[in-house]
Amino acid sequence: MQTKRTIFNSKILPYWLILPQLAVTLIFFVWPACQAVWQSFLREDAFGTSTQFVGFDNYVAITQDSSYLNALIVTVIFSVAVATVSIVLALVLAVAANSLLKSRSLYTTLLVWPYAVAPAVAGVLFWFMFNPTIGLIPYLLKGLGYHWDDRLNGTDAMILVVLAASWKQISYNFLFFLAGLQSIPKALIEAAAIDGAGPVKRFRDIVFPLLSPTTFFLLVVNVVYTMFDTFAVIHATTQGGPNQATNILVYKVFTDGFIGLDLGSSAAQSVVLMVIVIALTFIQFRFVERNVQY
Amino acid sequence: MFKKIALAALALGLSSSASFAATQITWWHAMGGELGKKLDEIVANYNKSQDKYQVVASYKGTYAETMTAAIAAFRAKQQPDIVQVFEVGTGTMMAAKGAVYPVYQLMKDAGAQFDPKAYLPAVVGYYTDTQGNMLSMPFNSSTPILYYNKNVFKKAGLDPNTPPKTWEDVETFSKKIMSSGAAKCGFTTGWISWVQLENFSAWHNLPIGTNENGFGSVDSKLSFNGPTQVKHWDNLKKWQTEGIFQYGGPEGGNDAPPKFYSQECAMYMNSSSSRAGVVNNAKDFEVGYGMLPYYADVKGAPQNTIIGGATLWVLKGHDAEEYKGVADFFRYLSTPEVQADWHQFSGYLPITQAAYDLGKTQGYYEKNPGTDVGIKEITLNTPTPNSKGLRFGNYVQIRKVIDEEFQALLGGKKSAKEALDAVVERGDKLIADFAAANK
Repeated sequence: MQTKRTIFNSKILPYWLILPQLAVTLIFFVWPACQAVWQSFLREDAFGTSTQFVGFDNYVAITQDSSYLNALIVTVIFSVAVATVSIVLALVLAVAANSLLKSRSLYTTLLVWPYAVAPAVAGVLFWFMFNPTIGLIPYLLKGLGYHWDDRLNGTDAMILVVLAASWKQISYNFLFFLAGLQSIPKALIEAAAIDGAGPVKRFRDIVFPLLSPTTFFLLVVNVVYTMFDTFAVIHATTQGGPNQATNILVYKVFTDGFIGLDLGSSAAQSVVLMVIVIALTFIQFRFVERNVQY
Repeated sequence: MFKKIALAALALGLSSSASFAATQITWWHAMGGELGKKLDEIVANYNKSQDKYQVVASYKGTYAETMTAAIAAFRAKQQPDIVQVFEVGTGTMMAAKGAVYPVYQLMKDAGAQFDPKAYLPAVVGYYTDTQGNMLSMPFNSSTPILYYNKNVFKKAGLDPNTPPKTWEDVETFSKKIMSSGAAKCGFTTGWISWVQLENFSAWHNLPIGTNENGFGSVDSKLSFNGPTQVKHWDNLKKWQTEGIFQYGGPEGGNDAPPKFYSQECAMYMNSSSSRAGVVNNAKDFEVGYGMLPYYADVKGAPQNTIIGGATLWVLKGHDAEEYKGVADFFRYLSTPEVQADWHQFSGYLPITQAAYDLGKTQGYYEKNPGTDVGIKEITLNTPTPNSKGLRFGNYVQIRKVIDEEFQALLGGKKSAKEALDAVVERGDKLIADFAAANK
C-alpha cells in the first residue's frame, strides 16, 4: 500500500511557516542580545542623558574587579554542588522507586511535586525553615551543638541556597533517571544475575554505564539551571550575602544593573554569561547527542 | 432603537469628556501597606478639594524598584510627573540635570505660593544645591532613635524612665539586664549603614566624606574610617561575641524588630518611623524612647542626627499645564494640616515648622510620648558640614558595601579597621565611577 505524499511546491511557504517563531526569537532574544552587546561598549549615566563610547573598558573593568572574580568562584562552587547533590539524590530515589512494583507511580507523583513549585516560593520556604531567629532547623541544630547563622556565616548561606536550588531540581532529574532505568533491557540485568552478579555489582557494571548518557545530559542541564535559573532562589533567601558569599554571576548582573544602575558593566557581564551559555549549549549538542559510548 | 443607542453613546461621550477635563498628574511611589493606604487617602482628599487636576498615585514596589522603574520609563519617554526617591538616590537624581525639574524652579515657573523658609532646615538641607535651592520636595523623612523595654529595665533594677545616654551606659545597662536574667540580649539595631555609621559619624560631628560629605563636588572621597568609628565597630564586634548585641541582618535589618518585640533584646535602634510598628507589636510591655547613644569622651558629641526617607522628584518632559498641577499638589502637601496628619500617622518628621507647631498646639506630643524625640535629635544643634547629610554618587551600592564589610567583621574575617578601610576603598572606587559617567 502506498500513501499519497503531499508536496508543496512553493519555495516561500516554509519560511512563512517558521515566521512566527522566528519573529518571537528575533524580537525577544536576538534584538535584546544585540542591545546588550552595544550597551556593553558604553558608559552612561542612569537616565541616559550622557553617553560615551568606551570600547572594551567595561570588560577590562570587570576582569579587575575582585567581586567579579569572587562571583565567578561562587558560581562554580554553587553549580557543582547543586548538580552533584541533585543528581546523586535523584539517582538514589529513581533506583529506589524503580524497584517498587505497586507503589511506583505513587512515589513518582509525590517526588515530582516540588518541580511545580516556583523557585521564589522554594526560596522563601527554605528561608523560613533556616531562619536563625524564627526557623525550625537552626533550633534543632542548636540542640546538636551547632550554631546556624546564614546571615553571617558564608558557608551556612551557601548550604542554604544549594539545598533550596537542589530540592527543586531533584524532581526533574528523578524523572529522567526513572525513564532511563525503565529503558534498560531487563534481559541484560537478568543475565548478569544468572551469572552471579549481586545488586551492587549489577548497578555498578550495567545500570550505571547505561545511564551515562542521561547523567551527562542532566549534568549539562543542571549546570545551566544553577547558573541562570536560580536567580529567584538567591533573591528570596540570601540576596547574594553575607559578604557576597552567595553572589552568583546572574545575581551580580541584576544588582549592578538594576540596583546600582551601572548599565555598561551590567551589560558586559551579561555578554560574558551569554558566551558561557553558548559554550554549554555547544557542548550539549556536540557531545551529548552522540558521544556517550557504552 | 438606533436613536436610543446613539443618545446613550453621546451621553457616555459627554460624561467621559467631563472627567477628562481634569489634567492628570502621575505619581509613582514606594509606600506599601498602611503607609500606602494613608497616601491614597491624601491623594483622594486632594482630588476632592479641587477639580482642575487629578493626581493618580501608583505603588511601584521598594524604593530601589520605584527608582529603577522611573529611570527605565524616562529612557522610554513614558516617565511619571512625580517619582518618590529614597535619600541615597539623591546623588544620582541630582546629577541627572537633563531629566530632573528642580522643585524651586518648578514653583517659580508655575507661579505657585512657595516659601522655602517655611521648611525645617534640617530636613530640606539634605536636598538643596550649593546655593540653597530646594531640588526635590521632602515627603517622608525620618531619623534613627532608641527604643527600649521599660518592663525589662524595671526587672533588671534600672530606672525605667532613664534611657542610656552614652554607649558606656548601653554596655553597663546591657550587662545588668543580662546578668539579672531580665532579657537575653542588650540591644539590636536596624540599618547598620544608616544608624551605626552615617548617623554615628554625624552625631559625633565626624566627617563622612570630603567636600562637606560630598555636598561640594561629585568627585569626593569617603572618610568614615576614623578612629572613633573603628572603635565603635570594634565594640559592636566585641558586644556581639559577648551577646550584648545581636545582628539584625543587612539593609533595614529585618530580624531586628522581632528580637525587640519578643523581648529578647531590651533596646533597639531604628527609624522614628518605626514607632507605629513598635507600639502595635509591643503588646506585653511598655516602650520607652531615647536619643541615640554617643561616646562621652568624643568632643562635640552629641551634635545632631541626619535624616533618611524619601523625597518627591519631578521629571522633565511633560506639559506646562501638568507642572502647574504638580506645583499645586506640592503646595497642598505642605499645608500644616496635611503635614501634621501624615507626620502623626506615620512617625515621619514634619517637613515644615508650621506642621510641628500645629502638633504642639494640639497637644499631640504630650499625649504620645516619644513622637518628638526624632525632631529633637535633628534640631539639637545647628548642623555642621559633618552633620547636614551626605551626598555621594552610587551611594545605593556603597550602602551594600557597608553591609558586606560589617558581615565580614561579625563573621570574624576582618577587624574593624580592615572592614572600614575596605568600605572606604571600595566606596571611593564607586564614587569615582559615578563621577566618570556623569562628566
